[in-house]
Amino acid sequence: MRRNWVAGLLLAVAGWLPATSLAQSAKPVAKPAQARIAVAANFTDAARKLASDYSKQSGQKIEISSASTGKLYAQIVNGAPFDVLLSADAETPRRLVDEGLADGATLHDYAIGRLVLWSRDPARVQGGEALLRKGDINRLAIANPALAPYGAAAREVLQHVRRWEELKPRLVMGENINQASQFVVTGAAPLGLLPRSLVMEANRKRQGSGWEIPAAWHAPIVQSAVLLKRGERNPAARGFLTYLRSPAAQRQIHSFGYD
Amino acid sequence: MEFTSHTTWVAAIWVTLKLATLTTLILLVLGTPLAWWLAHTRSPWRMPIGAVVSLPMVLPPTVLGFYLLLGMAPDGPIGRLTDALGLASLAFTFNGLLLASVLYSLPFAVHPLQAGFAAIPAPALEAAATLRASPPDRFLTVILPLSRPALITATLFSFAHTVGEFGVVLMVGGNIDGETRVLSVLLYDQVEGMAYADAHLLAAGLLGFSFALLLLMQWLGRRTAVAHG
Repeated sequence: MRRNWVAGLLLAVAGWLPATSLAQSAKPVAKPAQARIAVAANFTDAARKLASDYSKQSGQKIEISSASTGKLYAQIVNGAPFDVLLSADAETPRRLVDEGLADGATLHDYAIGRLVLWSRDPARVQGGEALLRKGDINRLAIANPALAPYGAAAREVLQHVRRWEELKPRLVMGENINQASQFVVTGAAPLGLLPRSLVMEANRKRQGSGWEIPAAWHAPIVQSAVLLKRGERNPAARGFLTYLRSPAAQRQIHSFGYD
Repeated sequence: MEFTSHTTWVAAIWVTLKLATLTTLILLVLGTPLAWWLAHTRSPWRMPIGAVVSLPMVLPPTVLGFYLLLGMAPDGPIGRLTDALGLASLAFTFNGLLLASVLYSLPFAVHPLQAGFAAIPAPALEAAATLRASPPDRFLTVILPLSRPALITATLFSFAHTVGEFGVVLMVGGNIDGETRVLSVLLYDQVEGMAYADAHLLAAGLLGFSFALLLLMQWLGRRTAVAHG
């Protein structure tokens, strides 16, 4: 009986594989009037807004794919169909330029991220500096410092207040900053060191409490953008990158919580 | 980097083995009566409960992860229950992961046992009853030996499936060294962090381990079949 079950499963898989590959090959190749943008997780909402503004004024379609910068890098190196990368750091786009996968002339910083100590509980973060320096913290959500720039900055903040070693066993790590935020927004973790952009988004939906981490407590979280090899001849990709540097787009980026 | 250090590897191996072992033990204890009931009851609840038991096989792990994340938060139902009982919160703890694993691997223990119990010929049980064997006695001397292959399958499948768990752990574990970071998540970190040499080592190790476990299962199954044949 078990063998029948396995055989059935294999047949099902065998039937399904050609179907999906057909479906994929039938998909049209991206037309020049549209571009696919790979966006670091923290910038997703801002990028959506910018893309829709840009599409309205240019008529060109912008598709957004978001993931952690590390994952986007691995996808780009392995041939993912992205035209532009909006990274969460400055290092990854630079690396892609060095590897010949991106156009160095288009490399520029589009946003500087800031961290906030945030809780969903409106009463939790009162006197944020004292709480961070010597308060009682039993669980703190951050992004994985080894993978995410906001996680690395969070580690620097904890090192700055000399509590990294002490708090390390109590850190809850998201694989990217969106997941770390999700831990705090759902209330599963009482506190988190989160990007100001995501905190502003969360605060729009429900009242929490937060304290902005001074910029001097960690190296600036510089986020860079670059045109990828695949997008070199794509007017929508170039157009979007140019739009990103415009005063209107910069104002929009500020309003999303970036410096 | 952190996720390539020796201590991180050892901690992840330890957490994974501990999780898989405890999950398997709990599933055998809870799954045996449940499987017996499912195999023999005529209750109208048999089908809905059977369907609930099978759910983790078809549900995306993200569904289970999402509900557990909300449920274990301090104001979620599980969070409030543990609080009322004076227990520590389950969110981002090994015990929380254990709860998730038991739910996630439930069908992998119950299904083989249920099939095994259903296959025990009624005359064997009747004969034991006529010989005045008490129910616990019947269970130990008739049912257990006859369902040995099913028990082996249930044990190894529960263990292997828990080692192979990923999506739920990623969503509710919080990636804590020595507490909730299991091997599959460590591998994910290594791939994300571009530590491909370590990732290859771990991926090949998990592949070899899973293959060996399934091979063992087939070999044991065949041996008992021959012994009974």
